[in-house]
Amino acid sequence: MWRVGHTSLVISPRLVTITVVLLVVGAALGVTAMTLGTLRLSFGEVIAAVVDTSGNAQHDRVVRSLRLPRVVTAIFAGAALGVSGAIFQSVSRNALGSPDVIGFTTGAATGAIVQIVVFQADALQVSLGAVAGGLLTAAVVYLLSRRAGVTGGYRLILTGIGVSAVLGAVNGLLLVTGDLDQAFTANLWLSGSLDARSWTHALPVTVGVLVVVPLVLPLARRASLIEMGDDLAQQLGVRVERTRVLLMLAAVALAGLATGAAGPIAFIALAAPQLVVRLTGWRRMPVVSAAAMGGCLLMLADTVTRLLPITAAVPIGRVTGIIGGLYLIWMLTRAKQV
Amino acid sequence: MTSPPALEAAHLTLAYESRQVAHDLDVSIPDGAVTVILGPNACGKSTLLRALARLLRPKTGQVLLHGQDVQRLTPKELARRLGLLPQSSAAPAGITVADLVGRGRFPHQRMLRQWSHEDEAAVARALAATGVAELADRAVEELSGGQRQRVWIALILAQETPVLLLDEPTTYLDISHQLEVLELCRRLNRDQGRTVVLVLHDLNQAARYADHLVVLRDGTVAATGAPKTVLTEQLLHDVFRLEARVITDPVFGTPLVIPIAARDSAAG
Repeated sequence: MWRVGHTSLVISPRLVTITVVLLVVGAALGVTAMTLGTLRLSFGEVIAAVVDTSGNAQHDRVVRSLRLPRVVTAIFAGAALGVSGAIFQSVSRNALGSPDVIGFTTGAATGAIVQIVVFQADALQVSLGAVAGGLLTAAVVYLLSRRAGVTGGYRLILTGIGVSAVLGAVNGLLLVTGDLDQAFTANLWLSGSLDARSWTHALPVTVGVLVVVPLVLPLARRASLIEMGDDLAQQLGVRVERTRVLLMLAAVALAGLATGAAGPIAFIALAAPQLVVRLTGWRRMPVVSAAAMGGCLLMLADTVTRLLPITAAVPIGRVTGIIGGLYLIWMLTRAKQV
Repeated sequence: MTSPPALEAAHLTLAYESRQVAHDLDVSIPDGAVTVILGPNACGKSTLLRALARLLRPKTGQVLLHGQDVQRLTPKELARRLGLLPQSSAAPAGITVADLVGRGRFPHQRMLRQWSHEDEAAVARALAATGVAELADRAVEELSGGQRQRVWIALILAQETPVLLLDEPTTYLDISHQLEVLELCRRLNRDQGRTVVLVLHDLNQAARYADHLVVLRDGTVAATGAPKTVLTEQLLHDVFRLEARVITDPVFGTPLVIPIAARDSAAG
C-alpha cells in the first residue's frame, strides 16, 4: 500500500517485484531469440543493432526488419492473450474461462480463413478479419448466454464451447472448399506461427496492448468485486453489467489482435493469469502482471521451439497447444471444483 | 412512528422476465428499528429486499430512501447509505478476512484514494463489532459456517450505511450461530442506531427480535406492525396454512408460536 496525503494506492510489493522480474526475463529472452538464426549474432551485436546503427548494414537489416518484429509480435501477442485470459477467468468466475476455450479464438480463425480463402487477402486484412471474427463470435456467445440482462459463469463457458464446436466445423469446411494453394496458406495460418513476422503483424497488436491495457486497469477492482456475486457487487456501487460488457469487449479485442498477429495460439491465455496468481498471491484480477507473464510464456515457447533439434519449422501454435492440453488435463484432475 | 420511515415503497410491481412477483405493493420500513420480513416460500421476500436495494428495477412504483427516490442516486451514493447482504456470495480463493471485509469500503473509495485512514478504521470497527477481529489474517475458506457469516456481515458493516438489509442471514447455521447473528443484528440497532431489515424463516425468532413485522403473501402485504399484534392464530392459518397456538413466551414475553399441523389448501 502506498499513501501520500489523501492519495493512496493499494499495491503489493510482491506483485511489483514479480512483474519487474517477468519484464526483465521477457526482454532477456527476446534478445536471446534475436541471436538465433542462420546468421548467428552475439548479444552485443543484437543490442547494438537494436538501439543504434551497429555500422554493419547486414546486421541492422536482419535484426530490425526480420528478428525484432518477430520478438515484438511474440511479446505483445502473449501479453494480449494473458490479459484476455485474466478478464475471461474473472468474468466467468472459472479457471477454464479463456478465449481459446470459449470459442473466440476459433471465431477469430474463421474470420482469418474467410479472408484467406474467399478474398485472398494480405496479412493486415487477415488480422482485421481475425479481430472481426472474434468480435462477432463474442457477440453471438454473449447474446446466447444472456438471461434477464445478465451473463457470466457456466452459461457463458458452455455456450462458448458449443459455438466453438460449430465454428471449428465451419473452419474445416472452408479449408476443403478453397483451392489447394489457399487451403495450404490457411492451414499454415491455423497452426499459429511467429515465422516471417513483419511490422505489419507486430504493430496492430502492440498498439492494441498499449491502448487497451491502461483502460482495463481501473476496471480490475470492480471485476474482483463482481467475482463475489452480482448482487453483492451491485450493492457496493458497481455497475455490474456495464463493467462486464466493457471488460469483455477489451478481452475479445485483445484476443482477436493476438490471433490476427500470430494465428490461433492456445494455452497462454489459460495459464498466464493463473501462474501469476500462484506466484504473487494477489487476490484481484491481474492485469499488468498477466500481460508480462503472457509475453514471457510465448517468448519462451518460441525460443525453446527454435532451439529444438528438429530441422522442420515447428509451428508455435501447435507447441503451445500440446503444452496447454497437458496443463488443462493436469488442472482438471487436481481441481476441487471447475 | 414519530420519525419518517427509513424506506418506503409505493405501488411496486416487481417481475423477473415474465413472471410477476408482486403487484401494487406498499411497504414501509420504520427508521431506527429492527424489521423482519416473514412469509411462506416464494412469496416475494427476497425480491422485495432486492427492489428496496435497487438490485431489481420495479416495473412500476418507486422506492424512497429517507424520502429520496433511490433511482435518482448514483450507485456509489446509494451504496454509502444502504447495504444489502445477499443470501449467498462467493469468497475469492485464498482471501483473508481483513481483505474481504476491506472490500466493503469500495463505495467510499476513488481511483486515487484506494485505502484511506477512514477505510482502515471502519474495517477495524466492523471486525470488532462482529467479533472476528482475531481472525483478521485467517483465510476465509478455513472458517466455520458461523464465523464466515459474521465475516460477510462485517463486510456490509464496513460499508458504514445507516440502513442494513440482510437476506436470510441465519440459513445454514446451527441454532447457537443463528442466535449469535440475531444478537449481533440487535446490537447494531440498539448500540449504533442502524435500521436493520431481516428476512427470516423462523417465526419465533422473528417474534423475539423484531420491533416491526412485515408479513408477505403472494406478493402483497398480509399484515404489518408489532409482533404482538401481527402474529395471531388466524394470520398463521391464512398466510402459512398452519394450524397453531400462539402463547406468550415465558422468558421474553413475546408471542410464541406452537405449530400443530400443516393445513393443505383444500382442507384449509
